[in-house]
This record gives sequence, C-alpha cells and structure tokens, in this order.
Amino acid sequence: MRDRSSSSAAIVVMVIAVSLFTFLVFLQGFSSYVVASIENRIAISTYFTDEASEQDILDAKEAIIKMSVVRQVEYVSKAEALERFQERHLQDDVVMESLVAVGGNPLLASLSIRAESPEAYEQITAFLSTSSFAPLISKVDYQDRAPVIQRVSQVSAAVRVGVFLMSFILGIIAVLVAFNTVRLAIFNSRDEIEVMKLVGASNWFVRGPFLVQGILAGASATGITLLLMIPSIFFFAPRLEALVPGFSLWSYLWGNFFMLLLLQLGVGVGLGVLSSTIAIRRYLRV
Amino acid sequence: MISYQQVTKIYEPELVALREVSFEVKPGEFVSFVGKSGAGKSTLLRLLLAEERPTSGEVVFEGESVNRVAGNQLPAIRRRLGVVFQDYKLLPSRTAYENVAYVLEVMGAGEDVIAREVSEVLDIVGLLGKAHQFPAQLSGGERQRVAIARALVHRPRVIIADEPTGNLDPYHTRDIIRLLVRINELGTTVLLATHNREVINRLGKRVLTLENGRLARDEERGRFVI
Repeated sequence: MRDRSSSSAAIVVMVIAVSLFTFLVFLQGFSSYVVASIENRIAISTYFTDEASEQDILDAKEAIIKMSVVRQVEYVSKAEALERFQERHLQDDVVMESLVAVGGNPLLASLSIRAESPEAYEQITAFLSTSSFAPLISKVDYQDRAPVIQRVSQVSAAVRVGVFLMSFILGIIAVLVAFNTVRLAIFNSRDEIEVMKLVGASNWFVRGPFLVQGILAGASATGITLLLMIPSIFFFAPRLEALVPGFSLWSYLWGNFFMLLLLQLGVGVGLGVLSSTIAIRRYLRV
Repeated sequence: MISYQQVTKIYEPELVALREVSFEVKPGEFVSFVGKSGAGKSTLLRLLLAEERPTSGEVVFEGESVNRVAGNQLPAIRRRLGVVFQDYKLLPSRTAYENVAYVLEVMGAGEDVIAREVSEVLDIVGLLGKAHQFPAQLSGGERQRVAIARALVHRPRVIIADEPTGNLDPYHTRDIIRLLVRINELGTTVLLATHNREVINRLGKRVLTLENGRLARDEERGRFVI
C-alpha cells in the first residue's frame, strides 16, 4: 500500500545523474592526459654557433628556464648531438658516408625547449631573438615546426572546449532530468501536502521530510554509483590503457578517490535538496 | 467567535462568489450554510481556513483577522479548526489510525498522548476496530468518519464540514450528521455547508441561505426552502 515507486524512480534517475557527473570527471582527466601527451611531444631547438662555449650555452639555459612559460630545457652538446644522429641514421649508409666525408662533427650544440603550452613558443622565440645571447644563436627551428605546433594548439583547444561543452550540456540535462523526477515525486504527494497545510502544519514541518528524502536519495544514489563504478573501472581500465598507454583509469580513480567521492556526494545530495526545495515551494502556498 | 464583516470574494476576472456577506457565529452554535451549487458555501468556509483571501471585508476568528494574519501564523489558526471535506482528503498510504494521529504529530504531541487521544476519537466515531486499515479498505461512510475523527482529535474550537455527506448514501449521511450533532452537543461549534434538504430540515438548527453570493436568509430554526 505504501507508494515507494516515486522514491525509487528518483533514486534511479539520480544514480544516472551522479554517474554522468562521474563520467565527465573521468573524461576531463582522460582528455587532459591525452592533450598533455600530445603537447609534450612538441619542442623547439635552439642551435648555437661553434663560438658559443658550453658555459655560454648553460647560461642561456638558465635564462630561458626562468621564463614562466617554459616547462623544460635540455642541453644537447655537440658530442651528444652527433651520437644521437649516428644512432638515428645507423642503417642509412648514404647519410653515414656523407658524415664521414664532411669530417669532424658538423652538428651544433643546442637547447631543446618544451613550453607549458603550444601558444608560448612564439613568445619564447621572440625572447631568444632579443636576448643577450642572440649573437650566439645559429638557428631557432620554430618556423619549421610552426604549422605542426599551430595544429596541435588548435586540436588541444578544440578538445578542451569540446569536453567543457559536453560536460556543461550533459550536466544541465542530468540536473533537469533529476529535478523533474523529484518534482514528479513531490507532485504525487500534493494531496498529502495540502492536508498537512490544512491541519496546521508549518512550512518547515511540511518541507522537512521532503528535504530529508532528497538528502537520502542523493546519498543513496552516491553509494549505488560507487558500487557500480569501481568494478566497471576495474574492467575497463586495462582495455583503455591498451589504447592509450600511460593513462591508468584505475590509478586515476584511487588517486582522486576522495575528491570524486566528495563531488558525487555534493552532486547527489545537492541535486536532491535543491530539487526538493524548488519543487515543494509551489505547494506551500496553500 | 466567528465574524464575517462585509465579505466579498471575486475570482478574476469577474466571477463574484460572495457579495457583502456579514454574520456572526457564537461559541457552541451549529450553523448550516445552504444554497445551490455555486452559491458560495465552500468559498465562505475556505475564507475562514485562509485557503482564500477576501477581495474586501474581513473574517475574524476569536478576535484575529484571518485575512491579515502573516503566513507563518496561519498554522496556529488552523490548529484551532477541524475540517471535514466532501472527498475526505485522507492520506491513502496511511492507516485510519495514522491519518488521525497525523494532526497531533503536527502539533508535537507525545506518543502516549497520541495513542490515548486517537483511540478515544476513533471509538467515538465507532471505528476503533478498523484503526489499522487503510482508506481504500473502508467504505465511504467509514472514511468520512475517519475524517471526522481527524477533525476532532485535537479538540478544536470549531469543526468545518464542507459537504461531508456529498458522496454518501442516505444511511451513512444520517450517521455522519448524527455524529456532528453529538460533537456539537459536547461544546464544539460546527459549521456545515450542504445542499442536502433532508439534512437541514431534520436538524432544526440555525440556517444561513446563500443565493448568488449574497446572504438571503438567516434563520434560527431554518428550513431548506427551494
């Protein structure tokens, strides 16, 4: 005789809403990792003339690394440059013979610079051209790599904006669906609310049980979502890592567990309370 | 105890439900309001409950102007009233006992007080044996008796009954009216809205007749005259 169907429906919908938010959190983490991985592959090299001493180059490295937009600077000496070149072209007889024919070490010492974001390379290049060690620089290969850098920058921005928009839209949908479900549950109680008001119940006496129901529904939804999420991630994590090496969904989960739990509780309970509060207001005007 | 002073109620845009109605009710009276459907009987009672506010005029209950009271003060007024509706308005997911007990829960009464008072009023209405049945398991007359028990349990000063026998057969109608008369004899003021001529003519109590929103007649031993 007791109607639990509305409450059950509200919990189910809130599980969906909380799960959706959780998915979006993981999506944000995953996309950030992918974007960072791509951006990490980009670097520009600054080649120094033979007149530049190792100390000059190291001083330049110190100056560059102080820029807030620079993440990492690696010094590659002439000898190391030659070693890397030989390793890369070991199988290429023509290149190796040409190297021998040139004689000595034609390669230049360089600094490989990784920026915090693709957009910063232009700024770094401008700095290099006006710095005190500019006369020691033979070449900065930014212009050669500019098209790739720009493309990566565009893709990164598109991914970030896309994930944000998707999160925003799906988040709104989840909130609206959950809100309407709670509203429906309260609508089904409108006769009860009317009677409560007519026998002299105060607004808080009427509101209280629905708020508590909202909190409990939100908390239950969070618990259920956790129970579903952990085995799901355990199942999917290895498969995802096979596609995107280096990103472990399982590690991400445990590395961010408490943040995730708080977020889920916040979303679940917040949604429950907010939906109940708004939905019941119209019935308190009796 | 209750005073309607030049009360007019107009529903937008032009529907006049009550027009300059004035009368007073003394403590312990049994007053019936009669008239055709749409005459304004239910509106009159809803104004006392503050479900509606008058367009003009004033409704005074025990010295307080009901229509001027702040929203958060309304529960206190309503707790001095007991209401019986034509459609019972029982909570379907609660038993007869729980429906009656609810009023005392709202007032913050303790469990032992609730148990004692609810059993007493269910006994008065003859439903103690069916206390743990749900409304769907009761007949129309029994449901109305549960509604009366709910209206009575907190010992209100006034019972408002809006067409309480509207959905009942003649036998149950007779039982309900007898119950209301008994409650009135115990000292509770009763306001009864009805269009049942037989009920009014048998009661022989004060009758206020409404016609097109106006108070047409006020008779101490009234009859329902068509």
